[in-house]
Amino acid sequence: MTDPTAQPAPTGASAFEVQPKKKGLTRRQKRGLSRGVQYAVFVAAVAALAVAADWDRLRNQFARPDIAERMFPEVITLALQNTVLYTVSGFTVGLALGMVIALMRLSSVGPYRWLAGIYIEIFRGLPALLIFIFIGVAVPLAFPGTEIIGGTYGKVALALGLVAAAYMAETIRAGIQAVPKGQMEAARSLGFSPARAMISIIIPQAFRIILPPLTNELVLLFKDSSLVLFLGVTLAERELSKYGRDLASTTANSTPILVAGLCYLLVTIPLGFVVRRMEAKAQEAVK
Amino acid sequence: MTENPEKSENPEKSMEPENPEKSMESEKSVEAVEPVGTRRPEIRIRDLHKSFGDNQVLRGIDLDIAQGEVVCVIGPSGSGKSTLLRCVNLLEEPTRGQVFVGGTEVTDPDVDIDAVRRRIGMVFQQFNLFPHLTVTENLTLPQRRVLKRDKARAAKAAAENLERVGLSEKAGAYPSSLSGGQQQRVAIARALAMGPRVMLFDEPTSALDPELVGDVLAVMRMLADEGMTMMVVTHEMAFAREVADRVVFMDGGVIVEDGTPERVIGDPAHERTRHFLSRLLDPARAQVEEERNQGLTGGSP
Repeated sequence: MTDPTAQPAPTGASAFEVQPKKKGLTRRQKRGLSRGVQYAVFVAAVAALAVAADWDRLRNQFARPDIAERMFPEVITLALQNTVLYTVSGFTVGLALGMVIALMRLSSVGPYRWLAGIYIEIFRGLPALLIFIFIGVAVPLAFPGTEIIGGTYGKVALALGLVAAAYMAETIRAGIQAVPKGQMEAARSLGFSPARAMISIIIPQAFRIILPPLTNELVLLFKDSSLVLFLGVTLAERELSKYGRDLASTTANSTPILVAGLCYLLVTIPLGFVVRRMEAKAQEAVK
Repeated sequence: MTENPEKSENPEKSMEPENPEKSMESEKSVEAVEPVGTRRPEIRIRDLHKSFGDNQVLRGIDLDIAQGEVVCVIGPSGSGKSTLLRCVNLLEEPTRGQVFVGGTEVTDPDVDIDAVRRRIGMVFQQFNLFPHLTVTENLTLPQRRVLKRDKARAAKAAAENLERVGLSEKAGAYPSSLSGGQQQRVAIARALAMGPRVMLFDEPTSALDPELVGDVLAVMRMLADEGMTMMVVTHEMAFAREVADRVVFMDGGVIVEDGTPERVIGDPAHERTRHFLSRLLDPARAQVEEERNQGLTGGSP
């Protein structure tokens, strides 16, 4: 670390006499030392974890190949498929509702704006879990005899949609406001009505801007679909989390949880990659 | 631009009116033989006021623009000239007063403003092309959505108008790949494809690099020669001098001078006009004179 050549060479001829530091480290030495310490801490932490953990028991509990094998192909054909189905239906409802709320938020009619604002505050402030319980319990109680269309799928779409709509409404509103004012003026000057200008000119541009955050929302929903657990589902309606947990309790082993987790990552990691690609492309387009 | 077939529509622009029999062939021939002054006004502005909060931007504007007339509106920034232009197609709602375009009162609360705007083309300083559409789609989408033209008809009008502004080869390009001057010519073509009776230009060359200004002005000159009614807010004095039938000088929300370009630019009657023009044409000398005047008067107005 201590390199004597790193010290500035004394040059008597220099008009600016650089005072060699008498004690302490040079800037370069400090930087090197800091980085060295960070690496040391990291290695020590990993080593401590590796030594302290009981790897045999961990492997026995979480990575039994025979149990993992028994999960296939059902974990894909049933559980992952249901997860995707729940997510896509929730996203669709959320997008439609979010669009309506975003437009209400931008409306010139006061009550629309207030209503949209209240909705966003409430549904952003509540845990998704509570909304699932509300849909599963309160709605059947309040409207006895009525069935939400689509059974469990309908309920999940509604619950996820209600949560997603609050976030998406804010995203969509920001996207619409990010479209330059001149676009609306140009459209109006060509004779477009406000609604037609919104649909043909403004919203298509807004969606280009908000595609990355919307995809992020899709990832969040994908994970939140695990809350279906609290609605009570039939065997055929189970998604990844429920499926993994059920199997974990029947086999008295946690391997199914690990496999279910990997299935989530199978979808979320590529989606995250797509989002970063889109963000980079959008950044390029701005330049 | 030397042999324009439609030039017969506005003989007042050429020094020698052409053979009247020839002009009879064009559809607007009856109007074409009337001189500018006696034609019915295409745009009529009466006692127009506009305030933004406490800020009075327009303080009583009266202006008539005849059919086929080219009027350039000049004036210092903040004089209200852009606001005046934007009041004509109601992008800004006037606080008081009336605007008529082609006999329809634009300021009437019961008028279908979208229908009126279809007949008024507008060109903006920032072009405002739709960036998510190709050049052709920029021209066809408004025709199809607003005028309900079918695909073939819209495509035909788009191609014709791109040809007019000399950008047929850019039909499939996206606006972001065009230069500012090309974008502005596409914006003009987009407005023309709607078949407007009047064209409004809001500082169409102010956002352009100097070497790109010429192409846009050439297109505007062509339109003027074809007899389009045009209201142009501009700082291009050479354009105003050559192309305009009338120049209107605005300052402080009122029209200070209104007359032929030779009179308003060449021999301004008002001190404010002279002051503006000298600053525009020779900023350095104006600065010196201003300082000398302030020295004489002791800095008081």
